[in-house]
Amino acid sequence: MNSTSVLPKEAQAGTLQNVKARQRHQTIKLMKRNVALYLFLIPAVAYIAVFHYAPMYGIQLAFKSFSPAEGIWGSPWVGFKWFQMFFESPRFWQLFGNTVILSFYSLVAGFPIPIILALLLNNVGNLKFKKFAQTITYMPHFISVVVLVGMISVFFSPRSGFINTIIQAFGGDPIYFMGEAKYFRHLYVWSGIWQSMGWSSIIYIAALSGVSPELHESAMMDGASKLKRIWHIDLPTIMPTMVILLIMSCGQIMSVGFEKVFLMQNSLNNTVSEVISTYTYKIGLMQAEYSYSTAIGLFNNIINFTILILVNRISRKLSGSSLW
Amino acid sequence: MTSALKPRSNVKNHIREPLCDRVFSAIVYVLLAFILILVLYPLYFVVVASFSDPTYVNSGTLLLYPKGFTMLGYERVFSDDRIWTGYGNTIIYTVFGTILGLFATIMAGYSLSRKDLPGRNIVMGLMVFTMYFGGGLIPFYMVVKGLGMVNTRIALVIMGSVSVYNIIIVRSFFTSTLPQELQEAAFIDGCGNSRYFFSVVVPLSQAIIAVIALYLAVGYWNAYFNAMIFITDKDKYPLQIYLREILLTAKTAESTPVSGQDAETAALLEKMVEVVKYGVIVVSTLPIICVYPFLQKYFVKGVMIGAIKG
Repeated sequence: MNSTSVLPKEAQAGTLQNVKARQRHQTIKLMKRNVALYLFLIPAVAYIAVFHYAPMYGIQLAFKSFSPAEGIWGSPWVGFKWFQMFFESPRFWQLFGNTVILSFYSLVAGFPIPIILALLLNNVGNLKFKKFAQTITYMPHFISVVVLVGMISVFFSPRSGFINTIIQAFGGDPIYFMGEAKYFRHLYVWSGIWQSMGWSSIIYIAALSGVSPELHESAMMDGASKLKRIWHIDLPTIMPTMVILLIMSCGQIMSVGFEKVFLMQNSLNNTVSEVISTYTYKIGLMQAEYSYSTAIGLFNNIINFTILILVNRISRKLSGSSLW
Repeated sequence: MTSALKPRSNVKNHIREPLCDRVFSAIVYVLLAFILILVLYPLYFVVVASFSDPTYVNSGTLLLYPKGFTMLGYERVFSDDRIWTGYGNTIIYTVFGTILGLFATIMAGYSLSRKDLPGRNIVMGLMVFTMYFGGGLIPFYMVVKGLGMVNTRIALVIMGSVSVYNIIIVRSFFTSTLPQELQEAAFIDGCGNSRYFFSVVVPLSQAIIAVIALYLAVGYWNAYFNAMIFITDKDKYPLQIYLREILLTAKTAESTPVSGQDAETAALLEKMVEVVKYGVIVVSTLPIICVYPFLQKYFVKGVMIGAIKG
């Protein structure tokens, strides 16, 4: 920088242009040399373009009144009609509430448990037992949603499920869990924790294995107990991981997974189990209200995206860790 | 993990563990044992119930071991054509989808890991954006419909083959394991990009190939949403759709009247419904549960690589 400032203005501009030209030349040379790498990208890029970007073109449906005869482009614009319809619909607050409560409950109950599990596993001295415990706790992750919900429904069945057998053994009356709305959220959240706590703990176990043993040794010399060392050494180490994962879960707060909710739904628990994603499916594909459904989906997406950006910004200010 | 533990146990020989630490260790083991029972018991119960006499299963008197050991449930499961059709289809979708996805993911991940590729950050950015924003269900459905892929097997093979998350994992793996010098040396020897990739990079990346293949295979095996919205022909249904029928909608094959079936067999079949459910769970989930412990180290590796640059 200093050396160029000595030169006259024109020469300066000239060198700048030269540098730019040379850079461009360099880039083109690199591109030519790496043609094969661009070819490697084609399948994945084509997939993303077709299945992720092409649907974004269809977002305009949310502001149009779709008629199959005229296609997406030809259908007339209606402005914010569908959004207004959704906000004024009697089901709006119910759907909104169900979605937020369900995912907030999942987040609050499900976030600390993998961390606790990882800390427990990290404090097991017996390596064989540790490995065994890991294998067992990861296992439910591989069970499909369909099978998981199938298991819930047979286990909690009022007649043959073992849960009710146990309740009766303690003198209680059998409960029809799947048929009562008030149990839906607990079943949803805790079965999710059962399934994913082991798998989610892997990332923390990995982070904990990065803690330098010298830190623990010197803390022990100073007489720090295990609990103290967890608090002052282990937890600060996994803090950045925790923050990142928390941001990511916050960004998903409005997107309760469709699959499990949909499978757990029945007419008896519908008042608490209908969430925005299942409603989008029913309005869109079962009632063929394409525009209305797209608008509801878009509303959901935008809220998610906004929350993600906000939380990310806050976290960068507070802790220095962020997604981008 | 091991390195973090060994020094501590060495130290233990010199300094006696304080009482509070021993209490702490005991609590750790008790809590873990409790968690293990909680995780394992439901899985164990499914197996127990699948081998038990329907009478005991229906009355809910089973708890710890099979009662009236019988294979009747499995006989019913294996005589159900839906299980065979579903199994066959799922294997087709899983095998072809995994191969396709593996190619696309590894190649893209490698290219994006190359620092001398102009435009790679733009491509990466565009990919990551789709993780957080999308068109939604109906626009997606219309694209697939526009491509003429509704009710085709090819749709189920292609969809789910590429995931941005997997590409990020592969990219981080290559960025952190392949030394720049290796590439330079190969290029000086006159090796081109594609030859370098296929004869140097691929043989060095078996670990990541295993990870991605496993992620993809599990994903395909368990997928049901796309099949539910796009497939209408019963002979193209994957296993999960049939499982849903059997486990959740209670629409069992035996409810359709078969000619020559008397009331007695009908009642017997009705009694079998619950046992069949347990049998079906075992049959559909066993392949993955059995294979996975052998590949566990790869799964874990995948998560760790993904964690470096999430």
